[in-house]
Amino acid sequence: MIKNTNWVLIAVFALIALVPLSGSRFYVFLITDIMIFAIFALSLNLLLGYTGLISFGHAAYFGIGVYTCALLIKKAGFDFLIALVVAGVFGAASAMIIGFFCVRLTKIYFAMLTLAFSQIVWAIVFKWNSLTGGDNGIMGIDFPSYLDSKVLFFYFCLGVFILSIVTLRRIVNSPFGRILMTIRDNPERTEFIGINVKLFQLLAFIISGSVASIAGGLFCIFNHSAFPDYLYWPVSAEVLIMTLLGGKYNFYGPMIGSATLIYLRMQSTSYTEYWPLILGTMLCLLLFFFPNGIAGFFEDRINKWRSAK
Amino acid sequence: MNFDLSFIVIQLLNGLTNAMFIFLIASGLSIIFGVQGILNFAHGSFYMLGAYMTYQCVAFFRDSPSQFWWAVILAPLAIALLGGIVERFLLRRLYDQEELSQLLFTYALVLLLSDLAKIVWGIEQLSVSRPAILKGPIEIFGQYFPKYNVFIILLGPCVAFIFWFFMLRTRLGRMIRAAAQDRETLGALGVNVNRLFAMVFIIGTWLAALGGALVAPVTSIRPGMDVEVIINAFIVVVIGGLGSFWGTFLGSLIVGTVYSLGILVVPRLSMAFIYVIMILVLIIRPWGLLGRPLTLER
Repeated sequence: MIKNTNWVLIAVFALIALVPLSGSRFYVFLITDIMIFAIFALSLNLLLGYTGLISFGHAAYFGIGVYTCALLIKKAGFDFLIALVVAGVFGAASAMIIGFFCVRLTKIYFAMLTLAFSQIVWAIVFKWNSLTGGDNGIMGIDFPSYLDSKVLFFYFCLGVFILSIVTLRRIVNSPFGRILMTIRDNPERTEFIGINVKLFQLLAFIISGSVASIAGGLFCIFNHSAFPDYLYWPVSAEVLIMTLLGGKYNFYGPMIGSATLIYLRMQSTSYTEYWPLILGTMLCLLLFFFPNGIAGFFEDRINKWRSAK
Repeated sequence: MNFDLSFIVIQLLNGLTNAMFIFLIASGLSIIFGVQGILNFAHGSFYMLGAYMTYQCVAFFRDSPSQFWWAVILAPLAIALLGGIVERFLLRRLYDQEELSQLLFTYALVLLLSDLAKIVWGIEQLSVSRPAILKGPIEIFGQYFPKYNVFIILLGPCVAFIFWFFMLRTRLGRMIRAAAQDRETLGALGVNVNRLFAMVFIIGTWLAALGGALVAPVTSIRPGMDVEVIINAFIVVVIGGLGSFWGTFLGSLIVGTVYSLGILVVPRLSMAFIYVIMILVLIIRPWGLLGRPLTLER
């Protein structure tokens, strides 16, 4: 079974790697976008699906990645790769500080606190004109010389994407990941068997924040810019929707969700300006009829088909 | 920088006016959260719709001299009805699901309602004129201050008091407070908790729409006012304490006055002051100034 999914995964990666050969600039752009958001959504799902923590402020870490990269490259002249690594470290550090306060609360209170902190990060970025340029953002962040085309950057993102998947999958399948799932299922009992629940929740929060920051760093170079909008609270909602759309109880769910959402948005914006209306309707359908997302829906189907056989 | 006393007083009164608007919105958010445990992102949307509906009512009653008062009465009722329909046919089906579903459903409402408002009223800024009796300024310490704002400053505490009395002394108010504490026991005592939830959602929506109706004459009605206001209301509720009525009032006063006095000191950072207060509250008393610690409940 495990072998099977590995083969599927390798096939998917190989297919993605072949995309630039088609010569379509549109698909190179689209899939780079999807891969970046897939990393972002996967990082969120470590909290949501595996630890049972609803983070409603995940855009903060994405945004911290965006601005760390933008500022280091633009103002301090750092190399992109170093900036990306620093972004990951900064993401982890800020997640550690914010997470320290957030994990003291549970459920909806946790969600509120993460939202509050993300708004604080947003306000700092928005108001600190001299450093971040405020509402005007930072523009003109170029590809580094060794990645100076969209196709090269595409392959670089693919590399980071594969690395994130392998790392995160190893984490959730490790004893550490099992403890997170135990916490998700019953935090009280986990405490009783002598596990420091808050500590593990904090660790998950830090890993998640760090990976989200790396996705943000990629996004900054991809868009050649940094704007406060990248970390405004609707972004947090959007990445939650991606995760839920794909299915939070499946490791690959967030990938499927981000691919579906970004593809639909790209298609719909060429026909109509009412994308929020479509997204809202989609979200309602999802919540009322497919609470386990796309991956969950097909898993159910396959299981039924198997048991019928 | 002008530290003239009369100027500070005027600025303080401006802050109080804002505080009353925020209070109307945040109190609805707080009661819905306190009783139903739902963080209602759509609350800002109902506020926005309240303002749009006021514009519509004023246009409808344009021949009547008291057009604005008709609008203030009818528009919030219409939006409260919409809130009731949403609760009865959609939100109710999600009560037995996890918090995340409810949270995202209210976000779906934000998306849907903002686009529907755009379709109905367009993207231009709309405005409503003040009622004739409240036009013009009055003089305070040699400075001019709009009559309408005085009316709001007086109205806010009245609404707060009526609301407090309703919660403390009426049967429905008692049931709402009981539901906030333990809804299962309340259900076992024979109270129709579903109907109570619907009532709470309708009251909360009505308060948001009332805020929108009253703010209509002093702001431009436009798309995007929903997303702006929900975060402010949210900050108020966090500072004051979730589900705490007087906490919400206190939070509104703090946010309103700190914002307008902050503008006097460092204009660019006035919003940052409020965030600093929020951080401090979150670190020292995560359950808010007047809220109860709820961390132990699961």
